[in-house]
Amino acid sequence: MSVQKAPDLKNPLPRGPLPVFPPERMAKTIEITLDGRKVTVAEGTTLLEAARSAGIDTPTLCFLETLTPVNVCRICVVEVEGSRALVPACSRKAEAGMAVRTDSERVRLSRRLVLELLASSVDVSTAPQIQEYMRRYGAKPERFGAAGHAETVAQPVKIDNELYVRDYAKCILCYKCVEACGVDAQNTFAIAVAGRGFGARISTEYNVPLPDSACVYCGNCIGVCPTGALMFRSEHGMRKAGDWDETRQTRTDTICPYCGVGCTLTVHTQDEKIVKVTSPLEQPITRGNLCIKGRFGWEWINQK
Amino acid sequence: MVDPRRTSSAQWAERWLGLNVGSDIALANAVAREILAAGLQNREFIENATSGFEEFRAHVQKYTLEHAEKTCGVPAETIRELAHGYARAGRAQICWTLGITEHRNGVDNVLALINLALLTGHVGRYGSGLNPLRGQNNVQGGGDMGALPDRLPGFQHVENDELRGKFERAWGVKIPAQRGWHLSGMFDAMERGQLKALYVIGENPAHSESDQHRTQKLLEGLDILVVQDTLMTRTAEMAEVVFPAAAGWCESDGTVTNSERRVQRVRKALAPPAGVRDDIEILCALARAMGKDLGQPSAEELWNELRALSPMHAGMSYARLANAQGLQWPCYDETHPGEQYLHGRLWERPVIGPLAPFSCVEDVPPADALDEEYPVRLTTGRRLDSYNTGVQSSRYASPGRREETLDISAEDGKAWGVVEGERVRVLSRRGAVEAPVRFDAGLRAGLAFLTFHFPEQVATNELTVDAVDPKSGTSEFKATAVRIEKISGAAKG
Repeated sequence: MSVQKAPDLKNPLPRGPLPVFPPERMAKTIEITLDGRKVTVAEGTTLLEAARSAGIDTPTLCFLETLTPVNVCRICVVEVEGSRALVPACSRKAEAGMAVRTDSERVRLSRRLVLELLASSVDVSTAPQIQEYMRRYGAKPERFGAAGHAETVAQPVKIDNELYVRDYAKCILCYKCVEACGVDAQNTFAIAVAGRGFGARISTEYNVPLPDSACVYCGNCIGVCPTGALMFRSEHGMRKAGDWDETRQTRTDTICPYCGVGCTLTVHTQDEKIVKVTSPLEQPITRGNLCIKGRFGWEWINQK
Repeated sequence: MVDPRRTSSAQWAERWLGLNVGSDIALANAVAREILAAGLQNREFIENATSGFEEFRAHVQKYTLEHAEKTCGVPAETIRELAHGYARAGRAQICWTLGITEHRNGVDNVLALINLALLTGHVGRYGSGLNPLRGQNNVQGGGDMGALPDRLPGFQHVENDELRGKFERAWGVKIPAQRGWHLSGMFDAMERGQLKALYVIGENPAHSESDQHRTQKLLEGLDILVVQDTLMTRTAEMAEVVFPAAAGWCESDGTVTNSERRVQRVRKALAPPAGVRDDIEILCALARAMGKDLGQPSAEELWNELRALSPMHAGMSYARLANAQGLQWPCYDETHPGEQYLHGRLWERPVIGPLAPFSCVEDVPPADALDEEYPVRLTTGRRLDSYNTGVQSSRYASPGRREETLDISAEDGKAWGVVEGERVRVLSRRGAVEAPVRFDAGLRAGLAFLTFHFPEQVATNELTVDAVDPKSGTSEFKATAVRIEKISGAAKG
């Protein structure tokens, strides 16, 4: 075979075909009844996905599209005809012929009770989503004892590093941070749930301070925390000083200035300063996850 | 995972091949030979889409597994497993970064990897390919925009009269018809006295270039050095003129291109501080001062000019970039979806365009040879929380950040009588630095590691060698011969 010379780099290569993608596996469709309506969904769809695609707003706390469902918060429960117990919509798969009620009195009572138990024992002051659900379901946490009487998880805030604080008085044990630190995102395994029952808590290994733990400060746990228990130190300090004002804040999507991955940074600014950085879940490259540089490496902008 | 250091990524790999620094071609050629010996090559693809196969087959015959084991320090059986695993995989990618390219034969290293993809057909198909991982948020975009010595925007070759003519007509100027100098060529030209004025935008060569003594001497010898940057870098401190520039990612509008060729929008979130101007504004003001009025174009207007001149960017309007969360080039028109992978043309029969050539490349050891005086191999890299010369990353508090350390194996530490935390002197043929020692279980005897994140603390690039790949112009940052000395006592190790 004769040896051909390398292509002449001075000439552009001709246009080739468009990329071809593997065919999507066609799932069988099944029919279920949602709040009396017939709905057709693909096999393998969860009841939560089915409800959301039918325009039914089902509350969730421990669920996130990018994490494996752990079924711990029980706020998304729905009633399935023929099932003794309520089922978690986030992980229960739709089955042909299933009749589901997403907003029955039994469902509303259960959701209300979950919210009351949470809000009577946990500080939900920086959890706007929970507050909204409490209004929606008419939750009255004071039923379980006035403030100071009910057992709570109140404890001092842990401030052991420059980047973020852990205020476990605000923790509802939804496991999202544990999942984001583990196989669902970061694979660092710096935190896990320790203890049993009311003593259960999120902890580093041997409860050491973060700088002595395996933490790499990606902050992906902050990104998924639904209650503000995990918070940028900048935000925590500003809130304490009464300076945090989201009505004066602007969010701008841009691209991280560091490596070549190209993560989207949502830059939160207040009074011409960056106050925190988040990343949208819908972003196709890292789906809301960042590393320490992207999430925290902007301090120099404020120093100028 | 192929890396001289057992990095945290290596800990996640099914196999780790801890090869000797600079023995990449010996490994790749042995993998090729093994694939051929086992008959695992993709005959259809080789026959129809490639050229130079027979010569290549003959060339790699001498690269036996035994030879590779000796040269690379990796067991022959592990190399055999790699060859079989790669060839048999339904989809396989080779991803690499500066460990391949920052060598005096970096281009040959890349060609050796390309050979493997051509041999197996792991290119031009979904999920397969050759993937050079970009280390900076817009190093790809810089190339896209023609910040290369031989290319105009869209990788259009400056020595192609037709392509150059298109730009000359659009801009109404004559463009030099020959390629310019790449970075290391520019320093050589300074040495010869041919390059006397330098305008540096957003780079810190005084700290980032190899053989820092030489670099800084040459920068000092310029008639004029102009630096445009967001912060006062070491290079800016040496400049006659400094233009303070807005931060491209949050004080300015524009685009960047990531490692997968995805062009994405950057947006202004903050006004720059007083006296600091946008890059475009600075360049246009400078042009005006030099007698050419370029107006005051917006970032989007300039982008649309690029789209008119660069076919691979033509379909990327700002509106589409925002709606699609970025588009991957090439994107030829506004209905084109962008391309997730390249080189699909090699799977058309007959192939569209030229065949893909095999390259016969030989294993060449690093330029900075180990000997009795300099017996330790130093390699350089990054740490997670820091970035390049630390211009940005040294200005935020990172709980995990240590001061710069010379990382060595515990075995070497014991042999040389040094303990963790002890300051030692590191000497190469070009310079010497001092740093405290840290033991790293990911390093083996004879291998040391430094970053260049803290150049004021440890000027790592005073040690590195300026042996340059003549094809790419990149220095061999990854392979320096050093000696470690105790500061208190006699020479060891």
